[in-house]
Amino acid sequence: MRSIYFLGLDIGSATAKAVLINEKRDICSWAVIPTGGRLLEAGEKVRRDALEIVGRVDEVHVEAVVSTGYGRELVRDKTRSVTEITCHAKGAHELMKDVRFVIDIGGQDSKAILLSKDGLVERFEMNDKCAAGTGRFLEVMSRVLNIPLEEIGDIAVNSGEFAKISSTCTVFAESEVISLLAQGVDIPKIVSGLCKAVSERVYGLASRVGVTPPIMLTGGVAKNRGVVYWLSKLIGSEIRIPENPQIVGAYGAALIGAESYLNLSIK
Amino acid sequence: MAQKVPIKTTAKMKELMGFYYMMAKAAESDPEQKIAWITSGGPVEILHAAGVIPVYPENVAAMSGTLKISDEICAVAEEQGFSRDLCSYARTDIGSVLSGKGPIMGMPSPKPDFLVCCNNICGTVTKWYEELQRIFNVPLIFIDAPFQYGVKDRPEAIDYMEAQLRRMIDQVSEIVGKRFDWDKFMDTLQLSDRAVKLWREIQDLLRHRPAPMNSFDTFIHLAPIVTLRGTQGCIEYYETLKAEMLERIEQGIGTLENEEYRLGWDNLAIWYKIKFLSERFSQHNAALVVSTYTRSFCYQAEDRDPSNPIRAMSADYLAGYINHGLDFRERELWQMVQDFSLDGIVMHSNRSCRAYSFGQYELARAMEEKYGVPVLLIEADQNDTRMWSDEQVGNRIDAFMERISAKKR
Repeated sequence: MRSIYFLGLDIGSATAKAVLINEKRDICSWAVIPTGGRLLEAGEKVRRDALEIVGRVDEVHVEAVVSTGYGRELVRDKTRSVTEITCHAKGAHELMKDVRFVIDIGGQDSKAILLSKDGLVERFEMNDKCAAGTGRFLEVMSRVLNIPLEEIGDIAVNSGEFAKISSTCTVFAESEVISLLAQGVDIPKIVSGLCKAVSERVYGLASRVGVTPPIMLTGGVAKNRGVVYWLSKLIGSEIRIPENPQIVGAYGAALIGAESYLNLSIK
Repeated sequence: MAQKVPIKTTAKMKELMGFYYMMAKAAESDPEQKIAWITSGGPVEILHAAGVIPVYPENVAAMSGTLKISDEICAVAEEQGFSRDLCSYARTDIGSVLSGKGPIMGMPSPKPDFLVCCNNICGTVTKWYEELQRIFNVPLIFIDAPFQYGVKDRPEAIDYMEAQLRRMIDQVSEIVGKRFDWDKFMDTLQLSDRAVKLWREIQDLLRHRPAPMNSFDTFIHLAPIVTLRGTQGCIEYYETLKAEMLERIEQGIGTLENEEYRLGWDNLAIWYKIKFLSERFSQHNAALVVSTYTRSFCYQAEDRDPSNPIRAMSADYLAGYINHGLDFRERELWQMVQDFSLDGIVMHSNRSCRAYSFGQYELARAMEEKYGVPVLLIEADQNDTRMWSDEQVGNRIDAFMERISAKKR
């Protein structure tokens, strides 16, 4: 018998993510690629990448395609599109059933979502007007400091001390970092201070919704140990990080596709 | 989707408002005819009784917003040093005065002979009107409406308002150089009272399922109650609109083909995005059926004494939604939810209007936690399109409606 698959596509501002699941809701393959400003092409490519892992692209039987993320409407032959809020909630709940609070820090926005005990969205807030408190903030700073983005978290955690970054605005914080460099402040201290600044911003967003543990952190920035350290310190609670924090939204989208298909077939 | 049945009375409004602005514009060159600029919550009945034509900078600014010319007009004010953080109505108005551009056939409002400012809607109007006074060098009559922190309005505040309104009568009489016509004033108060009641009755008709029109329509039909309150034309207009709404209810004509969800709106309209918002909510079969904004123009004090009209008027001009603290606002919102069977509330966190937006997070929390009513906050601005993003607001609306529909299932 041919296997049936469900595809979730999360086309974000920084990265495009694809997750392929089977009827048993298991993740069969996934892929993450940089979006690079071409949402449509990135969507096509990440879809191919995920399908190729399980077989020949034209032979994989995908029953439903659900898209999410800022580029969700651009995805071709989608079954439907769903917002990131609903998808992240869905994905997080499936991964850890007791999670009540999801913080997603993506490339251009951050979100805080309160879940009900049965995994439905109770309340949410988004920060989408300002780059501070998003991955973009760290990206800009990694360029200023000439440190690869992936290394920022470890440098911050190992620093022990932090420099105070008072500005919450990315543009002003950039000049603040340059002035700290000019004063000869140690780079690890600055890096730790930057992770703290992002965390403070996100903490403010989360507090507006009302932080309720257990908490899961998703999105690319969840891979940054410095932010995880500061955020859990600010919240005063442990933060859970899924194995692949970037694909939680795409996973949620795939699950929504599977659920609507299975509901339909019962009827 | 079936074609939306248009509201016929809208054509009549264009006529009514067009006539009013033409008349006001013509009065500019008539030295005998006095014109006063007045805030939207100002005691206009005194002006009508004294034969003065009132002009509302806020209404004119909203027209600029709807016509999408407010950004370029605001930019003129900003070039003169008015901060972008100031209210966009104030910037639109001052920019219009400075540039000579405006929405009335491309022209700005007719110049004022004097100004009337009442701070029952916000504190910004105080400085805004002082600025207008400086520019035009005309008298400014200022009515200070004390903010009411409690649910019940304080009698000494009503005393204070009454004293100021009586003083305003003297000031206006002196400016126009005529004895004040108390009979005409009493008639005007009655006309105003009738119009306010009609406007409330019309909005209450939206309790009906399906609602015969939505809040985006009421934003448009708000203009007469703001600008022509106290005139016969205003009453006739709302009588026609009310009759049409009753007819639509009888014929089962709704604002949506399939009204699945009912929502409330808080704060000013986003004038340049009425169509976008209306369509986006329609896609989710959600009708906005009530707003604190349009209801702000039909508040009457709870324990007003109709046998003492000037005292009742003093109480009414304190009674508005945004002249009150959070306990009052919470009570009003919860009442709206019950009366209009709302599935949620959309709050426009309006960068221009601090007086309105302050406390929204607290109100949202109360609605969510105490009453279980979902609340969506949209960050935008009533007139400044630079504070807006289709994509971001659209995304929030979609997520909010997904949340509501998941709960309802």
